[in-house]
This record gives sequence, C-alpha cells and structure tokens, in this order.
Amino acid sequence: MRAGTLLLLLALVFRGVGAAAGPPIVAAASDLQFALADVVAAFREQTGHEVKTVFGSSGHLFRQIEQGAPFELFFSADEDYVRRLAQGGRTVDAGAVYAIGRIGLFVPHGSTLKADGRLDDLRRALDEGRVTKFAIANPDHAPYGIRAREALQHAGLWRRLEPRLVFGENVSQAAQFAATGGAQGGIIAYSLAKAPPVAALGRFALIPEDWHQPLRQRVVLLRGAGDVAAAFYRFVQGANARAVFRAFGFETPEPLRPGRAPGGR
Amino acid sequence: MDWPALLLSLELAGATIAVLLPAGIWLGRALAWRQFRGKALVESLLALPLILPPTVLGFYLLVAMGGASGLGRAYSAMTGRTLTFSFEGLLVASVVFNVPFAVQPIQRAFEAVAPEVREAALVCGMSRWRLLRRIEIPLAWPGILSAAVLMFAHTLGEFGVVLMVGGNIPGETRTIAIAIYDRVQAFDTGAAGVMSAILLFVSLGAITLSYLTASRFGGLRRG
Repeated sequence: MRAGTLLLLLALVFRGVGAAAGPPIVAAASDLQFALADVVAAFREQTGHEVKTVFGSSGHLFRQIEQGAPFELFFSADEDYVRRLAQGGRTVDAGAVYAIGRIGLFVPHGSTLKADGRLDDLRRALDEGRVTKFAIANPDHAPYGIRAREALQHAGLWRRLEPRLVFGENVSQAAQFAATGGAQGGIIAYSLAKAPPVAALGRFALIPEDWHQPLRQRVVLLRGAGDVAAAFYRFVQGANARAVFRAFGFETPEPLRPGRAPGGR
Repeated sequence: MDWPALLLSLELAGATIAVLLPAGIWLGRALAWRQFRGKALVESLLALPLILPPTVLGFYLLVAMGGASGLGRAYSAMTGRTLTFSFEGLLVASVVFNVPFAVQPIQRAFEAVAPEVREAALVCGMSRWRLLRRIEIPLAWPGILSAAVLMFAHTLGEFGVVLMVGGNIPGETRTIAIAIYDRVQAFDTGAAGVMSAILLFVSLGAITLSYLTASRFGGLRRG
C-alpha cells in the first residue's frame, strides 16, 4: 500500500511538470461545433497560436465551470449563463455578444416529414401518425432545446409532440439523432444545418424568429485566462470571425462595443 | 482520429496499473490466506465497482472530489488545480473502478499456491521478503499479469465514470472512449469508426491474452 501511495505521488508530480502551459481550452456551445473550427483555423493562421475546443450544452459547460473546470473562454448559446458566472465572480468581465442564433426544422432524406419552417406539415403529420420520433436538445440545460420547446409551444404542438420527443444532450447530438438516429426530424441550430456534413443528410427550413426568445450568445473570458485566450477573445469579435459566424447563419451584433476593436493585436 | 486521446488513455492505464498493481498484490495475497471477521464484507466492497452503475460511482466520486469536499479543497489548496476535470482526479477514479480487476485475479492466483511450498521454504530458513519475491510472486505471476491486462483494457474502455468526473477536456480527461462519443456528435463518423476499431482490437487482444495466461497457469500447476 505504501508503494502504491508513493507511485501515485510520483505520477502526480510527473504530470504536474509535464502539463504546464498548453494551449488554452475553450468551452463552447455545441451549435459552434463547425463554425468555431473555422474561426480557430483563421486564428491559428493569423497568430500561430493553437486553441483547444470542448463542445457541450451551455448548461453543462456552465456547471463544469462552476465546479472549477480549467476553461479559459466560454461561448454560451444563452447569455444568461454568462451573466450568472459574472455574478459569481468567475469571469473577467461581463463578456460580449458575438452572435444571435436561429433554429429550424431539419428532416433527413427519406423522412415522412417535409421541411416546413412554419410546422404546418408537422401538425398534419401528427394527425396522420407520420411522426414516431422527433429530436430536440434537452430543454433542461440546452438553450436550443429551450427555444425549440418555445417554438413548439407557440405552434401549439408541444403537448402532442412531447411523448414522441427524443432529447439530445446538446443541440449537436439532437442534430445527430435527427439526421441519422431514426427520428423523422428535429429542431436544430441553423449553424449546424449549414455545415456540409449535416446539410448532406437532409433538408432544413428556418422557424420564424418571433416564435421564440432570441438565442443571444455571449462569449466571456474566465478568471485566470492567459494571453492567448485573451487574444482569441478579441479575435472572435473581429471582422474575420464575424464573417465566419455569418457564413454559418448567425446574425452578428452591430456595432461592436467600444474598446473591443476588431482584429485584435 | 484523435491521437492525443489514445495517448492519454494509455497514460491513464499505465498510471492506474502502476498504482494499483502493488496494492492489488498486497490485498489479493492477504485475502487469499488470511481469515478474519468481516472478510466477506471486505470482499464484497472490493467487488462493488463491478456491478455498481458507472453513473452511481461517478456521482459519488464527483461529490467526494468536488470543490465542496474536504479532499477537493485540500487538493486545490496544495496544487492550485481542481481534482475534478483533471488527470489526477481521473486517476483516482480509475484506481477506484479498477479495484476488482486488480484484486480478484491476484487473489485467485495466490489461493492456488500450495501452502506446503511456503511452509517448506520457511522451514529452509527463507526470509518472508525472499519468499514473496522468489516463490509466491513467480507462482502467482499469471494471475498478476491477468490483472494488469484486465485493468489496461477496462481503463481504455471506461466511459460513464470518466465523463462524469473528468468532463471532456482535451489532453487532460478526454480519453479515447470519450473521444469516440465526441466525434459521433461532431458528425465525424470516420474518426469514430477508426477509434472504435482500435478499442475493439485492443479489448479482444487483452481478453485473449488473459485467457492464454489462465490456461498456461493451469498447465504450470499440473506440471
């Protein structure tokens, strides 16, 4: 047993020495799965710095940050999570809105559903029993799930659809279920539907934006973030990054707040 | 293909074996030969991770190592890092969920060592340490090897506990099993397929090796 303890200590010391100062780790809402990869690539090209990304539902990432996960930057699909972290003293400042997301109906090729953003076909499909499984992100902790629920409630379909819902851990998994998991369709992020690997699997139609609360997305530097993370924080608010976000179907805020000039150093 | 994740898994498996194998030899040997009150309870506790749902184990580990726990606070005060979401925390978790894989094969192996052999060695004046090194461990070796192989394969494959305690942090807690889950969500079926195939062959190899040593073990005893 003593030998075991000794080895444990040795292993820890060894890791501690080896693990110093790697690239910063960025926690990001799953709707950025594809868009952020492009932004990171552009950042790497411009600065030579590497950034590591972790994707999940904003609610999950929020909890992990509260529990001390070693992230330096947080992209939340719902700015409320950033506000709560800021109140808890875990952020450098209040952060900045970087994009406004949209949701829509995704139907895989060969589905019994039509890609109808006003959900009239979904209503008829429910009447005719054409829907057995429908995917959305988990509305308990995924902002896109919450907005999907609001849209379905607005259309008066929530209660009828509820028994047929399958919940993804995050909007990316919901998209995965909708595209390949045997569901007839799902409500997913526009930014995912625009990505070639998803777009190839089905068709997509935007849901009217006034059917749900806006998906205002906020990025914030977390306490203890290093220089590379700070540079990336400025970069994601610059013109290049905003062009990428727009290409993935996000609206970007205008104008930028003073003191957060595009381009960065 | 996420090579850093594979490397991290190998590192975790190696560290787990390094920590748990000596402890497993000590525990397995004690359980094989000693009788004491409450032995059945101790054996049950050590076997518990085998049947406990990974989420239950993960939940308790998260509570035990989290920022609100004594252990979590002490570790943060010492190192400035948190135990959850770190390699070290993952190692603690990995040691806990591997206990039955370490203890049981080793215990069976020591149980199979004939008491007469030990008694003869002691009568001949062999010291206990020499007895352990020269007689007992060589005789129990196939069981020890089998324990190491099982721990290795199980560490590479564990998912639920790792996800709950470690999150999904590249280079720190994103093991290959987590990376597969991550790649599937990212619509990266190719990478998920390659990594799954690697785990399939590693697991098959480990089980085969474990069976081979078991049959060789039987042969040794007969000879």
